[in-house]
Amino acid sequence: MIELKALNKAFGTVKAVDGVSFTARDGEITGLLGPNGAGKTTTLRMLYTLMKPDSGQVLVDGIDAAVDPIAVRRRLGVLPDARGLYKRLTSRENIEYFGRLQGMDEATIAARIEGLSRALDMGEIIDRRTDGFSQGQRVKTAIARALVHDPKNCILDEPTNGLDVMATRAMRDFLRHLKAEGRCVLFSSHIMQEVGALCDRIVVIAHGHVVADASPDELREQAGTPNLEDAFVKVIGSAEGLAA
Amino acid sequence: MKSIITVFLKEVRENLRDRRTVMNTLLTGPLMAPLIFVLLINGIVSRELDKAEKPLPVPVIGAEHAPNLIDALRQSGVVIKEAIADPEQSVRDQNADLVLRIPPSYGEAWNKGEPAQVELIFDDSQRDAKSSVERLRSIIDGYAQRTSSLRLVARGISPTIMRPLVIADRDQSTAQARGGMMFSMLPYFFILGAFIGGMALAIDTTAGERERQSLEPLFANPVARSKILLGKLGATGAFALTTLLLSIVAFSFAGQFMPTEKLGMTLSIGPRFAILTLLTMLPLVFLIASLQTLAAAFAKTFREAQTYLSLLMFVPAVPTMLMSIFPFKVETWMYAVPLVGQQVTITRLMRGEAVAASEIALCFASTALAAVIVYLITARIYKGERLAIST
Repeated sequence: MIELKALNKAFGTVKAVDGVSFTARDGEITGLLGPNGAGKTTTLRMLYTLMKPDSGQVLVDGIDAAVDPIAVRRRLGVLPDARGLYKRLTSRENIEYFGRLQGMDEATIAARIEGLSRALDMGEIIDRRTDGFSQGQRVKTAIARALVHDPKNCILDEPTNGLDVMATRAMRDFLRHLKAEGRCVLFSSHIMQEVGALCDRIVVIAHGHVVADASPDELREQAGTPNLEDAFVKVIGSAEGLAA
Repeated sequence: MKSIITVFLKEVRENLRDRRTVMNTLLTGPLMAPLIFVLLINGIVSRELDKAEKPLPVPVIGAEHAPNLIDALRQSGVVIKEAIADPEQSVRDQNADLVLRIPPSYGEAWNKGEPAQVELIFDDSQRDAKSSVERLRSIIDGYAQRTSSLRLVARGISPTIMRPLVIADRDQSTAQARGGMMFSMLPYFFILGAFIGGMALAIDTTAGERERQSLEPLFANPVARSKILLGKLGATGAFALTTLLLSIVAFSFAGQFMPTEKLGMTLSIGPRFAILTLLTMLPLVFLIASLQTLAAAFAKTFREAQTYLSLLMFVPAVPTMLMSIFPFKVETWMYAVPLVGQQVTITRLMRGEAVAASEIALCFASTALAAVIVYLITARIYKGERLAIST
């Protein structure tokens, strides 16, 4: 479970994140929807302790990120916005590296890679050097690398960014698969349809504020429209920076 | 500790797969310096030796005016060449190193016992011609001396009357020391080797990783950044150390092919030299690795980092240049200054002079301290929020 309480972060005079609070529960997919530049990435970066909030609190499974950031990171699987791989290493070596940094033993790493490789359909690419991988192959490797330690909480920053239709579908299936395993899945997106189709709970962010935090049904109800996309546009105030 | 080793092994493995880095570490870095060095020394030595032993060709104008002088020159190894039309011009054009001109009045003055004049036409700014000019001058001087002695004897006067004062040279430099002066550039080559060897990794592990956007996911792992940094520094240091080691070995090997003894010099570059040099350089390698990583951490891109690190490479040249320009006496404090300490120690070791264990310890300790300080500064930079963010 991930709890964010009144997070604030400013870069100079620009308030990137301004009082963001929400909770992502286990066994649910929580979507962070907002136009580009709304503060999604900064919020997630504070969550996985890359940045320190100016004020506010991050709790992961009840552990305060400001008190014990290492323990928090151990409980998180993170696919950041930046997802560069090591080109001179194979896909498997990339994943193994992170597994070792997570403190796992070699046998567990090997078994876990087997499982992830099957779930993400990576059989053909697992022992190839990542130089020359397609965007989809790169994202698969990056996700396997992020989840190698079997984390209870999965954070994915725009996981379908740059993927083609087939890869996007596979990615959505994989997110549902993570949910079915009882994990807490939190992902960000600026694509309304994707959030609508996947999420149990939707947190809408605009200009650094949370403007809505509800289930899809509640959102439609609040906005008084039967169409979820209309509801998004209504709570944000404009469709700028969003994608259907 | 385990995570430090994990980072270290990954960086080593990844960079061993990069052909350019491996070439720099194993070939260019360690071999370039000793190679240039051997060529340079061989060039100097053989040129000097050539000059001293080889026949000296000299165009002579008016040779017919002084047959005895010409004979004396021939006996001393001078090859008399034909007269040339415009000696001044051809010396200026560097077609001839020097030209000897004997005026028609030579014979008359000689016979009268007056100073007979010969002209030596040369260009003093031509370094190449200098030793030829000196040689011809001393041959002619020798001939004049002999003639004057003969004339005095013919008049019943002892030739020693012409030499009221004699200077006896007592050169106190040892053969090793003369070699050492020539080799004062050597420590710089070793330091340069460490720079070249670590450069690729310092850039790749920090600026490169950020540019490739892999630093942010790396920092999402439950490992303190200071440990990640230590692993990276270790890998950078290992590559630099390999370069240095090969460089020392290559030099010790190449040193045997240097005709130093022909110049009356000997170098102490045996195993003792190699081991003590390595010991002195060890903390410096890690100081350099930390400095390189620190510089690379400030750079936004690979290219920017390369620029910083290339500039950084000139820093160790400063003490070397100052020391070869200004003569100095070695003081104890010098051992405590990183770079200077290594320079002094290695130069002395090579010259076969005694270096006290305490001096090596001082050099090692102060450089190690500097390395720790630079590491701590770099670790601070590494903890910065902006470091991981690529865009």
